[in-house]
Amino acid sequence: MDSIQIPPIDFRLIAPLLVVTTWAMVLLLVDVFAIPANRKKLTGYLAIAGLVVAGLVAIPLWDVSGSTFSNMVVLDRYSLILTWIFLIIGALTITMALDYLPRHGIEQGEFYPLIMFAVAGMILMAQGTDLIVLFLGVELLSITLYILTGFAYPRLTSEEAAMKYLVLGAFAAGFFIYGIALTYGAVGTTNLALIAERLADPAAETNQLLLLAGASLILITFAFKVALVPFHMWTPDVYEGSPTPVAAFMSVGTKGASFAALLRILVTALPALEPFWLPVLGMLAALTMIIGNLGALSQTNVKRMLAYSSVGHAGYILLSIMVVSERGAQAFLFYTLAYTLTNLGAFAVVIALEQRSNATWSLDDFTGLYKRQPLLALAMAVFMFSLAGVPPTAGFMAKFYVFTTAYEGGLGWLVLIGVLTSALAVFFYLRVVIRMFMHEPQGELEPTLDRGLSADIAIAGGLTLLFGIVPAPIIFLVERSLVAAGG
Amino acid sequence: MVPTTFYVLLSAALFTIGVLGVLIRRNAIVVFMSVELMLNAANLALVAYARERLAVDGQVLVFFVITVAAAEVAVGLALLVAIFKSKRTADIDEVSMLRG
Repeated sequence: MDSIQIPPIDFRLIAPLLVVTTWAMVLLLVDVFAIPANRKKLTGYLAIAGLVVAGLVAIPLWDVSGSTFSNMVVLDRYSLILTWIFLIIGALTITMALDYLPRHGIEQGEFYPLIMFAVAGMILMAQGTDLIVLFLGVELLSITLYILTGFAYPRLTSEEAAMKYLVLGAFAAGFFIYGIALTYGAVGTTNLALIAERLADPAAETNQLLLLAGASLILITFAFKVALVPFHMWTPDVYEGSPTPVAAFMSVGTKGASFAALLRILVTALPALEPFWLPVLGMLAALTMIIGNLGALSQTNVKRMLAYSSVGHAGYILLSIMVVSERGAQAFLFYTLAYTLTNLGAFAVVIALEQRSNATWSLDDFTGLYKRQPLLALAMAVFMFSLAGVPPTAGFMAKFYVFTTAYEGGLGWLVLIGVLTSALAVFFYLRVVIRMFMHEPQGELEPTLDRGLSADIAIAGGLTLLFGIVPAPIIFLVERSLVAAGG
Repeated sequence: MVPTTFYVLLSAALFTIGVLGVLIRRNAIVVFMSVELMLNAANLALVAYARERLAVDGQVLVFFVITVAAAEVAVGLALLVAIFKSKRTADIDEVSMLRG
């Protein structure tokens, strides 16, 4: 009987992930035993500190790359930039929530470590090069989000949203694992690089039918997670029901991480199947761009409008994913960063306008906002312009980047749909802006701007403008981030 | 020795039953059970393929799936208890305040 061989493990390569996970676990205990019930904000500050530390730990890893844990986890610049984006998402979400939770009477210390666990799951999805690891990352993120969605318990909408999300998420998990099982049956491995190797090997006999079934199931799972039409039905309900900071986190976090994993699967494992998945994803992208933006048109609830807009944006991101090239990965990173900042900012403004007693998130809340809070209205205008893709904002640069990349990658007809739907989208984003600036204020709505929210909006708005005007440094960064195969 | 195909066919049947259960049944507990059936169908396929190839990685994956499924069900049941406390029902269709 041979003893089990433990493969050499390089903990350096997963240092940010280790920091976030350990910190979150310790913080859970600290929160229970050391932090009094009326000082739970302290937990939030500690969580932000943990995310910052993880971000700093990641800096010296810029010049390191390699894979460890038997090639199950890889560190490359692609995953490193995504790690930073995810840490930013986590930190901004927590800042948003610091005063939101007590204001709505749902403050509990676990919220902050849970966000950290979700971030850990996202980092794992960016670094995983094995279907097992990707499955674990997806589930760590999803299960945490089920809890966070229902965090406003016993508010019924929150419970309902959590239930819907859980049933659909578990359903998707079933598809994912069955897809993995079939792929494993077809090629005999779950490692992404090895899958590509077996597929390229003409001597190896692979059962094409099994492989196609497995790959389709995996694609469906990710379509669920990033809310591609026709798998998007849960999005508006879940966003509306969940606490607003959680909706903000989901809209950027789940999408970013799932697309990151999808890109790695397509680039590393399934380039041989491109004739199969390219038309499928093309159809999904076209449908998503059209239906997402059309759906947003008719919404009078800002939270639902942002949900549909996030569906539409998933379509644009998918364009960059489908160009399986370095340029595609770069465009994806840039778009994710721009979309992250913009959308988190927009949600922060929604939180500022959210009243505890009567949260309807109606468009009317924005009427005449400029007269009451000029700065807040200006910030919201920046976010709306950025989401619509109007210069000089990060959203414009990102869309430009994605569309040119997709056009060069031979996806001309999709770019055409993308440009047309963007023009359509300008209508409903501008509707918010017009209400803020052109109408007289009505009603007694007083925006609540606490310190965390102000900081959030300032950071997000500032960076959105900055990356729109001087995108060069970010482009410099993403152009140096290759997707390593990890084999 | 039973051929691997038989196991895979059985697992495909179980998976289909699970999918139909999630789509058709309205009681949340039955829906959870159906999801569980889907996951276990995948487990069966994984173990069958692993035995066919005399490899362990498929079997190891099964342990991960079991763990994840347990976590998922724990959260799901907690949620169900919360909903039951406020709505006095476990029927998914009765819990629908949100449009869509």
